Amino acid sequence: MSNSTWNLDPSLESAAQVHIKPQYELFIDGKWQAPLSKTYFDSVNPADESHIAKIAWANDSDVDLAVLAARSAYENVWSKLSGAARGKYLFRIARLMQEKAKELAVLETLDGGKPIRESRDIDIPLACNHFFYYAGWADKLQEAFAGQQISALGVAAQIIPWNFPLLMLAWKIAPALACGNTVVLKPAETTSLTALKFAEICQEAGLPAGVVNIVTGYGDTGAALVGHPNVDKIAFTGSTAVGKQIQKACIGTAKKLTLELGGKSANIILEDAPIDQAVEGVINAIFFNQGHVCCAGSRLFVQESIADRVLEKLKFRLQSIYVGHPLDKNTDIGAVNSKKQLETIERYISLGIAEGAEMYQPDCTLPSKGFYCKPTLFTEVAQSARIAQEEIFGPVLTIHTFRTMEEVVQKANNSPYGLAAGVWTSNGARIFGLSQQLQAGVVWANTYNKFDPASPFGGYKESGFGREGGRHGLSAYLKFSN
Amino acid sequence: MEILKTYKLYIGGQFPRTESGRSYAVCAPNGKQLANMCQASKKDVRNAVQAARKAQAAWTSKSAFNRSQIAYRIAELLEARKVQFIEELQAMGLEKQSAEQEVQMSIDRCVYYAGWADKFQTLLGSVNPVASSHFNFSVPEAMGVIGVVACQQTALLGLISQILPVLIGGNTVVVVANSTQPLCAISFAEVLATSDVPGGVVNILTGEVSELLPTLSAHMDVNALSIAPIESKLLTTAQEEAIDNLKRVRIYAEPLYVKSAQGLSYISDFQEIKTTWHPIEQIAGGAGGY
Repeated sequence: MSNSTWNLDPSLESAAQVHIKPQYELFIDGKWQAPLSKTYFDSVNPADESHIAKIAWANDSDVDLAVLAARSAYENVWSKLSGAARGKYLFRIARLMQEKAKELAVLETLDGGKPIRESRDIDIPLACNHFFYYAGWADKLQEAFAGQQISALGVAAQIIPWNFPLLMLAWKIAPALACGNTVVLKPAETTSLTALKFAEICQEAGLPAGVVNIVTGYGDTGAALVGHPNVDKIAFTGSTAVGKQIQKACIGTAKKLTLELGGKSANIILEDAPIDQAVEGVINAIFFNQGHVCCAGSRLFVQESIADRVLEKLKFRLQSIYVGHPLDKNTDIGAVNSKKQLETIERYISLGIAEGAEMYQPDCTLPSKGFYCKPTLFTEVAQSARIAQEEIFGPVLTIHTFRTMEEVVQKANNSPYGLAAGVWTSNGARIFGLSQQLQAGVVWANTYNKFDPASPFGGYKESGFGREGGRHGLSAYLKFSN
Repeated sequence: MEILKTYKLYIGGQFPRTESGRSYAVCAPNGKQLANMCQASKKDVRNAVQAARKAQAAWTSKSAFNRSQIAYRIAELLEARKVQFIEELQAMGLEKQSAEQEVQMSIDRCVYYAGWADKFQTLLGSVNPVASSHFNFSVPEAMGVIGVVACQQTALLGLISQILPVLIGGNTVVVVANSTQPLCAISFAEVLATSDVPGGVVNILTGEVSELLPTLSAHMDVNALSIAPIESKLLTTAQEEAIDNLKRVRIYAEPLYVKSAQGLSYISDFQEIKTTWHPIEQIAGGAGGY
């Protein structure tokens, strides 16, 4: 069965339902403020390389204003509100987000390139739910940490990546506000728009000025935010390299730090696994969101006795994956987020071939404009190969085999990262045994890439420290005194 | 004639001399020499980390109940050697009453953490009500090998306040003892060696913090550091070196030798949270119950 027998009519979601301003300023102290830097950058639609909007590029002075606004809102307004009152604002924000869910989903897809099916069904609902969840914690913090003295930290500086823009914003802002902090958030330069739309929602919700500030820009904006002396907390999601720079910048300060960094997660299929389910799981683990997922199951380990069957099924399944326009409701794999990221992925694919691994890509036509990458499998990959060791952050899977449990545990843990892992088996005892042995903050057994506001997420080893989600996620935004 | 005691290092359940062959004199406040201590080297640190790593998997897979019993056994043996520890503390300059108090508090702290060993999981873990049809739970897990720079103000209580919460959590440790008052640390190692703590779970080194800490903080097989107050430049360097493998660094600015320096947070400081998901089959359309 090839693609030609399954031609799908395009079913494009209309972009007209989104209100996009031609130019966005910084959101500081509840107002839109032109950047002191007088500089703007372009936001580009990765699906067709078209220009979407001009975005303000904050410099040190802009960041300073934002931190000042957050500090003043913390001292004068937010810290004086009861937990219940803070919670009510968060509930109101959650509802407004739900009401605008469609618009947010289309905007997310336009700006970032992810399939509309994913932004509509996963990113945006989860982001709304996150606000709803943490809204309820705001007046129950003492119950969450019985017997401990807790208080808010103050001003939280938050830097988020481009792979789940609004969802990462929710993961950062919702618990921070629930715990009584005010925030300055910097979205990634390629995906600022939903954060700016969120700023409009804050205005509409009547959130007091300065409680949430959004400063847009590149890495220099982020560095200014991290280095600002008047910030009490830094939360960062992004690459391990930048995470380490941030950790260094925090030395000698009282800033509380949480890092959610890279991964090279192992997805393990045992011979007694339900194979078809496992194959679907592998597809979801690595091709969800074009593989731009820190916890992507990018290393597949298949028990030797079923390796040929699994590989054959994977290759067959790849033929029916639809790579296409992100706004098309049929699309499985949308656009790679940026030209730069596409180049990185292509460099790794060439490297894999050069390292002697065997590559497989399905027959499919990629759109002529925009940034696209075919789903890619590599077999015959050495454990030491760079494509098996380094995070690619794209739709590229390395496939390995193993014979024994000891062997697969050793191989799976043979990584500086420790974000997530997947286990596919119908043996219940083995699930718990492997789950205990795998050095990873999240273990998905007979499932993969599932997220929920009630479920703590975060890494072991060089995948970072701290947890987001659940009661555990509150700790990142509270000061504990003895 | 009095038989003088030789203090050595404690690595992998053995009491070796430092591989460097170096020693330094430890004196009482009146100048009287108390002992020649081993001046551990960088190589000793590496050996200790290796021993700690080797012991970690078995230690963390013991039942929590078993770790609780072992921690309680430490308290029992400390109690049995109370007099020795009081004398050592006095020799290093404490008044008798203070020495007695410190030993008593040390024993109490061991009992306290023995009780925690099979309870903190209940408080730190959770079952999470996710919106999809999955069973989802979070459990604390030991971080692994922890480097400890012991409290330099006290000889025994600070050390125990740092080691016990890490230990009962399933971690193994490499300790740099109080440099100027190291006697109790090695005597405590003798307690550990005769208790049921497996060799390698606790490793104790004596020597210069400034020489040993950089090796510990840069070691790629150390997962986290527990640091009592030390000179700030030394601390900064350690923090910088810890970044390479993203060690979790806990700096205790508060005194660890006071009654209040104990609690669940000292345990959770060296625990990772692991969350596991599994689908729930919806039988008969998911209409459960009666």
